[in-house]
Amino acid sequence: MKTPPTVYGLMAEFDDPASVVAAAERAHREGYRCLDAYSPFPIEELTEAMGGEHTRLPLIVLIGGIVGCVGGYALEYWTQVVAYPLNIGGKPFHSWPAFIPVTFECTILVAALSAVLGMLALNGLPQPYHPVFNVPRFALASRNRFFLCVEARDPLFDLERTRRFLETLSPREVSTVAD
Amino acid sequence: MTPLTQTADVAIPELKPMQQRLLVAGAAGGVLSLVGALLDTTQFLQSYLMAYMFWLGVTLGCLALGMIHQLSGGAWGVLIRRPIGAASRALPLLTLLFLPIALGLSRIYPWMNADLVAHDEVLQHKHVYLNAPFFLARAAIYFIVWNVISFFLNAWSLEQDRTGDFRFARRMQLLSGGGLVAYGVTITFASFDWMMSLEPHWFSTIYGVIIMGGQGLSALAFLTIALVWLSRRAPLDRIVVPAHFHDLGNLMLAFVMLWAYFSFSQYLIIWSGNLPAEIAWYLHRMETGWRPVAVALMLFHFAAPFVVLLSRTVKRQPELLVKVAAAVLVVRIVDLWWLIGPEFHTGGIAISWMDVVLPLTIGALWLVVFVSQLRGRAILPIHDPEFDEALGRIIERGAPPRTAH
Repeated sequence: MKTPPTVYGLMAEFDDPASVVAAAERAHREGYRCLDAYSPFPIEELTEAMGGEHTRLPLIVLIGGIVGCVGGYALEYWTQVVAYPLNIGGKPFHSWPAFIPVTFECTILVAALSAVLGMLALNGLPQPYHPVFNVPRFALASRNRFFLCVEARDPLFDLERTRRFLETLSPREVSTVAD
Repeated sequence: MTPLTQTADVAIPELKPMQQRLLVAGAAGGVLSLVGALLDTTQFLQSYLMAYMFWLGVTLGCLALGMIHQLSGGAWGVLIRRPIGAASRALPLLTLLFLPIALGLSRIYPWMNADLVAHDEVLQHKHVYLNAPFFLARAAIYFIVWNVISFFLNAWSLEQDRTGDFRFARRMQLLSGGGLVAYGVTITFASFDWMMSLEPHWFSTIYGVIIMGGQGLSALAFLTIALVWLSRRAPLDRIVVPAHFHDLGNLMLAFVMLWAYFSFSQYLIIWSGNLPAEIAWYLHRMETGWRPVAVALMLFHFAAPFVVLLSRTVKRQPELLVKVAAAVLVVRIVDLWWLIGPEFHTGGIAISWMDVVLPLTIGALWLVVFVSQLRGRAILPIHDPEFDEALGRIIERGAPPRTAH
């Protein structure tokens, strides 16, 4: 007897976006939290349907922006006042209006970099292997099918009960995702 | 269930008594203003110019946002399309209200003073441009351009409502392309003429753009308040979702930054050059008693709304967003007060009761026209090409479908 492969989760397949949104809503109401949905195009309502989980990305970007802002101003201050003071047009060394453009640019630069890097750090990309691709029909997720996956790490997950629950959502089919 | 094709008059019965109350308020304010005009004509004209520029800003800002939406499309503009149209149809009123300024030229514009010009070589050279007949002729051109654009956009929008013919959408797009260019040119010259020439020696080429950014911000703040008000009543109460306010909040944030960017650009260039002819304008506004106003503008016209509007929570909650919008309208008036006031009161801050009464009076009259124009049409542009996109998700979720078709 072969040992069964470990299970990553259960995946239900749907024909249209409305059904996958409805299914995600039902699953969330049922108490499932480790959900993910896959569709050929972005569906705005899906995130909300799965609980509208807020990421920490805005906070990371805000901190990045503040660091850039303070850093940019500090750089200007240090070079112009401390390290290499130059008399420019008889203006004071600490001429804040002249520092604003650099401060602004540094704010945007660091905020934008934190957005990109923070996004990658939070979603774990790039990811060369993902178990959902073990389901052969999953290739259709980039064409005309919509998938909802309940992951096994969800505390409510139970292979039998979760499968029965997913069947009630009238999917085309429910497949087990091997890890 | 109220069908969406009903006119706002039928759908929202509160509009009619509101219009009557506003008319009474406008008439009362008009009497007060008249007393003010007799007591102190110059102060009256100063406050009047400020109030006029503010409400003209809301109107033209709405017209310009409407044209931008014709070109860019997007769900953000569909729900505010009717308030935009109603606001732009207040242009004939503003054309009429320009009269006191036209009649009072010699009291507010130094270049009208023949003695002053006779002893001032710069003003003699500028006389080719800054003289009463040419000034009035230019004003006439601005008003013709604005009224013509507004007239055709509104007429075609009405036809589109009636027939559902998408050809009108195409026509409105074509006119909006040229119309935006015309708006940019006319508002640049209008702000040079009506506001910048209060200090005729001084010039700044970005001045018109600063005014434009301010107009966009005023219009967005006004439209936000209008949409919040409408969203509490049928039929919009079952259509508006937080995402709609989120869009307006984001745009308001963008315009706050745009205004700050333009204003600071002007300051940075003049500050760096440090030339006597250019810095005088800032000296009058920052090295006199007006300085606290300049500081307040940095804090409350930029910093505070910028920080507050970063918050997603604020942008998605109409009760909070409407407060931000109201505060933005107030600082917009303060900004105009700071741009105009120091020319009349060089010594320092001077505020007259007319600085409060006139914006409210012109505002009441303006709102009378706005509300009456809003009443005449359906509250949503059913046949707008973007209509389904803006409302699609609500219809999908079982809200009643539109009654048109």
